[in-house]
Amino acid sequence: MSTLSIHNVTSDYQGRVILKQLDLTLQQGEIVALLGPSGCGKTTLLKAIAGLQAISEGSISINGQVLSGNGIFVASEQRGVGMIFQDYALFPHLSVADNILFGVKGLNKLERQTRLEDMLELVKLTGLGDRYPHELSGGQQQRVSIARALAYEPELMLLDEPFSNIDAQVRHEMMLEIRAILKQRNVSAVFVTHSKDEAFVFADQLALFEQGRIVQHGAAETLYSNPNSQYVADFLGTTNYLDVTVTAEKQVDSPLGTVFSTTTLPHTIGSKGKLLLRPQQILLQANDKGSAEIIERRFLGSVCHYHVVQNGVFLEINSPMMNFSIGQRVQLVIPEHQLVVFSE
Amino acid sequence: MILGLTRSWSLIGYLITAVLLLPLLALIVQATQPDEAVFTHLFDTVLPTYISNSLLLMLLVGFGSLVIAIPAAWFVARCEFPGRRYFQWLLLLPLAMPAYIVAYVYTDMLDYAGPVQRAMRAWFEWQTPHDYYFPAIRSIGGAAVMLSLVLFPYIYLLARTAFMEQSSHFLHASRVMGCGPWRSFWRLALPMARPALAVGVALVAMETAADFATVSYFAVPTLTTAVYDTWLGYGSLTAAAKLSAIMLLVVFSMVGVERFARRKQQLFQKQSRLNEADRYHLAPAKAWAAWSYCMGLLVVSFLLPFVVLCAYAVDYFSESWDDRFWQYSINSLYIAAIVSFICVAFAVVLMFVRRVSPRPSDKLASRLSSTGYALPGTVLAIGVLVPLTYADFAINDLMAWFGAKGPGLLFTGSVFALIFAFCVRFVAIAIGSLESSYKRISPSLDMASITLGQSPRQLLCSVHLPLLRKGMFAGALLVFIESMKELPAALLLRPIGFENLATYVFQFVSDEKLEHGALAAIVIVLVGLVPLIYLNRSLEQSR
Repeated sequence: MSTLSIHNVTSDYQGRVILKQLDLTLQQGEIVALLGPSGCGKTTLLKAIAGLQAISEGSISINGQVLSGNGIFVASEQRGVGMIFQDYALFPHLSVADNILFGVKGLNKLERQTRLEDMLELVKLTGLGDRYPHELSGGQQQRVSIARALAYEPELMLLDEPFSNIDAQVRHEMMLEIRAILKQRNVSAVFVTHSKDEAFVFADQLALFEQGRIVQHGAAETLYSNPNSQYVADFLGTTNYLDVTVTAEKQVDSPLGTVFSTTTLPHTIGSKGKLLLRPQQILLQANDKGSAEIIERRFLGSVCHYHVVQNGVFLEINSPMMNFSIGQRVQLVIPEHQLVVFSE
Repeated sequence: MILGLTRSWSLIGYLITAVLLLPLLALIVQATQPDEAVFTHLFDTVLPTYISNSLLLMLLVGFGSLVIAIPAAWFVARCEFPGRRYFQWLLLLPLAMPAYIVAYVYTDMLDYAGPVQRAMRAWFEWQTPHDYYFPAIRSIGGAAVMLSLVLFPYIYLLARTAFMEQSSHFLHASRVMGCGPWRSFWRLALPMARPALAVGVALVAMETAADFATVSYFAVPTLTTAVYDTWLGYGSLTAAAKLSAIMLLVVFSMVGVERFARRKQQLFQKQSRLNEADRYHLAPAKAWAAWSYCMGLLVVSFLLPFVVLCAYAVDYFSESWDDRFWQYSINSLYIAAIVSFICVAFAVVLMFVRRVSPRPSDKLASRLSSTGYALPGTVLAIGVLVPLTYADFAINDLMAWFGAKGPGLLFTGSVFALIFAFCVRFVAIAIGSLESSYKRISPSLDMASITLGQSPRQLLCSVHLPLLRKGMFAGALLVFIESMKELPAALLLRPIGFENLATYVFQFVSDEKLEHGALAAIVIVLVGLVPLIYLNRSLEQSR
């Protein structure tokens, strides 16, 4: 059974539509990332799930129980969702222990103590229960907030840009750690971020937002290699587009010559479109008589990033070959792969 | 925001707001009642003079305070000279000095029988007032000077902050383009500080319009004294309400100016702060001039009057130190304590509802409840009298109808009216204090608490209240002090035979023997110093 089920959810605020007919389902233990630029509505959806934002249409249910919609509104305090915030939202006047036990009810003293110890151990903060939030580092504070949410034993965990205030050096490690905790406890989670890198590391599924709509939803690999629009393709990485004509089932004609696909293209023969090429899908070969020229070179460590021009077409290419210099002539090769062509 | 917030919270909020708005609404209703010839009579005879006096006074005090305050603010904010750090807060002290006390001290000193003119006569061997010219102290000009002396710190404070918040980059840019301090001041600093100055002038003008004691002492008839006289002299609530409505028009247009200027101010002041090192280091002669200016201002506006007060108190100690002094101090204290408790309680509920309510009308309600602060004391008193008089009559009529003896003036004849008026006026201070405390509480704390299964009441009690403690205390303290100082409303609303420190001191001022009430006056000044210390601390912390 799906943990979270969002059906046709629309929300407006002061006459402005913020969420438009969203559909999303989440399986038990799964982590979905709501990804998109700021102001696209992803945080609004998170708040709608938590019951902190009203919806005007559609429904939101957890474990089959409707929380919002169909004339039903379950108050936030009765939804049983855990929420993690960008600013951690720890209560500054309470100790770590009191923060963690803030939402815990109906346990006796011993059980509360056990719950606390479990949580501190889980987030590797054993022995720090008596500290106050301001005595902890940012990363430690975020762990406390994870512990506080988990101690409440939520049906669903909501994370609102939880890593954006964490130092870049420790962010990656922190993400893996918290992901492991959620997986270990088999907690489903909805994770809001504007960073595709964070989404790739942390989530199983991606839901990409554009102005209040989910434009594509699926596994990260699917969205990256098989985007359904230029918006999705551009958001998930650098892109090149070639104006092409489909000349056969698995073949297009481009300004760089004929390109072959490993899969059958859904387009009719003779139709025009834009071929998506990622920077690593174009290979560079040294060739003094090549028809392409390197016009810009940037060293990025594992690869080199080149700007190349051929027949007036500008391309960005990542290549493991480091030894091309600006002004050098090269030959471009596009190996056969699963082509993505957007219809005009 | 709590979507599921029950209506009962909203209802409590509306109820408080309704109570707090009652005087204003009653005033407007009463002012539209048919006239009883008193107002027409006033209108035909003295009202134009009252209005022009009020406006002239506002203009003079606004200009006077501006001229006094700007150099002081500039020296303290942008120049380095000995004592700068102390003047920074010393120049706020005049705010603690009621204008009527300053006025009394200077009148005593400067009028015909005072030491200054006596010395001049002795020196130049003049015999009569006709032999020489000396400006009249008891005049509109004299009142403007007295009010400017105690109100300039409003402008000083805002201008100082504005000058300090102007990014040092502007200063550097202007320096490298060859502008010296003088040209930088006229071309950059002053124009950029304009919105802040406008806010300051509007505040000063509002205080001037509301002043009762100084103009009353100098016998300069203004709208405020007119309201007072119409009620106590003619006993006409309607005419007093009509005058109050004119007054409200003046005051609310100042509020409008102030709001508008504040919005502008936000545009100008968001850059980085001034560095300590970016101040102009003044050459000895100039530094001495700056020091003299600040010191002179401080002496004239605060030190001299205060020293004179102390001298009075010493000379007349046995007259001052009596049972009445204690009785009236206790009256002031307990009224102020009750008022500050009620104001903070109201403010907590209103601000909580404003913060968490999903209903826009709830937020509006709590904003409206701050309106009372703009009401001048006399106007507010009339506003309070209108509904309470009706209520008293209604109760007595009802009792009579049942054949019982009525309780008399239950509301208007007791301290209830006084407490009610003070709450209406000062709840805005408590609201302001809690508002700034609330701003420091991240909204995600609310969401965290709610999603962890806590009810709105638990959110208030176990998260907000502990975090608001400082703001509640500061709010209560400020309300307490304002309630101790407030004079005009107390004069009109006190029950017969009831005095507090402010009315007691004013009585002595009116009777030309402040010497006998000097001790009480000193208490009022000292109490007024407390919020300044608090204000200064918060300014220091924010830097």
